[in-house]
Amino acid sequence: MLIKNLRREHILVANWIKKGSRVLDLGCGDGSFLAALRTEKQVSGYGIEIDPANIEACIKNSVNVLQTNLDNGLHDFENDSFDYVVMSQTIQAINKPYEVIDEMLRIGKEVIVTFPNMGHWKCRLQFLMGKMPVTTHLPNTWYSTPNIHMCTVRDFNNLCREKNIDIKSKTFLDTHHNQVIGMQLLPNLLAEIAIYRLNQPLDSQKSDSSFA
Amino acid sequence: MNANQAEKSIGIVIPKTLGFDQPLLLDSGVTLESYEMCYETYGTLNQDKTNAILICHALSGDHHAAGYYDLKDKKPGWWDNCIGPGKPVDTNKFFIVSPNNLGGCGGSTGPLSHNPLSGRSYGPDFPIVTVRDWVESQARLADKLEIESWAAVMGGSLGGMQALQWSIDYPKRIHHAIVIAAAPKLSTQNIAFNEISRQAIMADKDFHEGRYTEHNIVPSHGLKLARMIGHVTYLSDGGLHARFGRERLENNARFGFNVEFEIESYLRYQAESFVERFDANTYLLMTRSLDYFDPAQNNNNDLKLTLAQTSAKFLVISFSSDWRFAPSRSQEIVRALTDCEKDVTYSEIKSEFGHDSFLLPIPDYHRLLHAYLGKI
Repeated sequence: MLIKNLRREHILVANWIKKGSRVLDLGCGDGSFLAALRTEKQVSGYGIEIDPANIEACIKNSVNVLQTNLDNGLHDFENDSFDYVVMSQTIQAINKPYEVIDEMLRIGKEVIVTFPNMGHWKCRLQFLMGKMPVTTHLPNTWYSTPNIHMCTVRDFNNLCREKNIDIKSKTFLDTHHNQVIGMQLLPNLLAEIAIYRLNQPLDSQKSDSSFA
Repeated sequence: MNANQAEKSIGIVIPKTLGFDQPLLLDSGVTLESYEMCYETYGTLNQDKTNAILICHALSGDHHAAGYYDLKDKKPGWWDNCIGPGKPVDTNKFFIVSPNNLGGCGGSTGPLSHNPLSGRSYGPDFPIVTVRDWVESQARLADKLEIESWAAVMGGSLGGMQALQWSIDYPKRIHHAIVIAAAPKLSTQNIAFNEISRQAIMADKDFHEGRYTEHNIVPSHGLKLARMIGHVTYLSDGGLHARFGRERLENNARFGFNVEFEIESYLRYQAESFVERFDANTYLLMTRSLDYFDPAQNNNNDLKLTLAQTSAKFLVISFSSDWRFAPSRSQEIVRALTDCEKDVTYSEIKSEFGHDSFLLPIPDYHRLLHAYLGKI
């Protein structure tokens, strides 16, 4: 697996990841992201998955995978044990995103979160028509969706502010996974996927010591 | 063996025995001057001798892991559903070595063997062997078979503990450790169950301080009871209920204590057949080595430090309904491994069959083993 063959969002994230670093990928799917990083960037680390079919796929990709329910926490990992903790389009499906983000920041020196933006104009239109949004990106109806914690770009910004999380950078993609300038200006209306790079809260003890 | 079974199985197998004259100093301080190891092999060792897998058996297992001894055999080896041509442990690809552990009753030197020092069978005089002792004896077996390193060492329960011990004692001789339904050491509750089992055996009037063979008798009542206790703990409440429920042999209560419920009949039948094939002194020994297993003990009880010296890649598997070796116990191993940045894959297989799940052909479980061994 090569980085260029990954989905667009993963290519962007892969470009941020330094060679030889340690990565924890939460909701790693078939492990292709970690496999590509290992091949091209000598990255080591683990994928976390819950689905048996994905576990098997990870094994076939020779990716170290740990079957864990993210809702049960990440207490098995030590502080700062990874250079990056990545979670791609998974945060909306977990029970306690608020706590998982804290855990990610505890374990990783840098956190990368991507999520589908509920503030996208197509979603808003459907809301205006009095319906829960169903889009190509979020194809499930309200009664069958695993996505229980949807948010908008603005919501996520507010969460980071509330938690005093340092947003290192953010970028946005549209339906075709392209980065268009207009979207960077009006992301909450035009972005379908948001990608955030986060650092620990500036006032936390952990970041104090890492700056020391 | 019927035609269908024969087609999917490795077929007829013949156990082999090797003698060892080099004394083996055991953990207990006792030296075993000479001993025999009984084992089976399946598949073919390749020219580079890189395709060998060691199968470690659990408490009541032996070297007969796959295939049949005779066309008339009703049952194949204990892991036949997993080992064979095209099976997860594929005999078309791997050369599998399955020994009987020292202290066992399947053919390797154990309590039933002749003790050259006393001129009678060892019986209770057979020294207590530990998981480390087994690994040492298996390493010597590997030497004789000219296998420098194992592609994988694998086993469930006590067998998984041996795989873990291999990774610690011989990091250069094991490429993959497949640790199934195991734990880094027994819980208090587990030791308690073992003690109840041992008491059942030792309290039997036919036990004769372990010298029952000299009285031409076996402590069958105690051994049956020990097996029943073990058996129930290896299954789950849900699994037992699903299989037997409250079904009775007859509809109405007979207001006595003979067998009335299906589960009673099943337990008694299982216990009867166990007594026919298993030795009480071996049962005592095996439960004791389970109790003693604690590789982190010599490292300040630090499992992370203990596993830091390993270089194998690990596959750790647990089963959701296993309460005797619960998933949390496997996760202790996984955590220690991830803390020292080792290659490890972990899966908790959904199953209602409790600890015994590791012996069953559960699709998710076998697919996982197949995929993993396919990449070796």
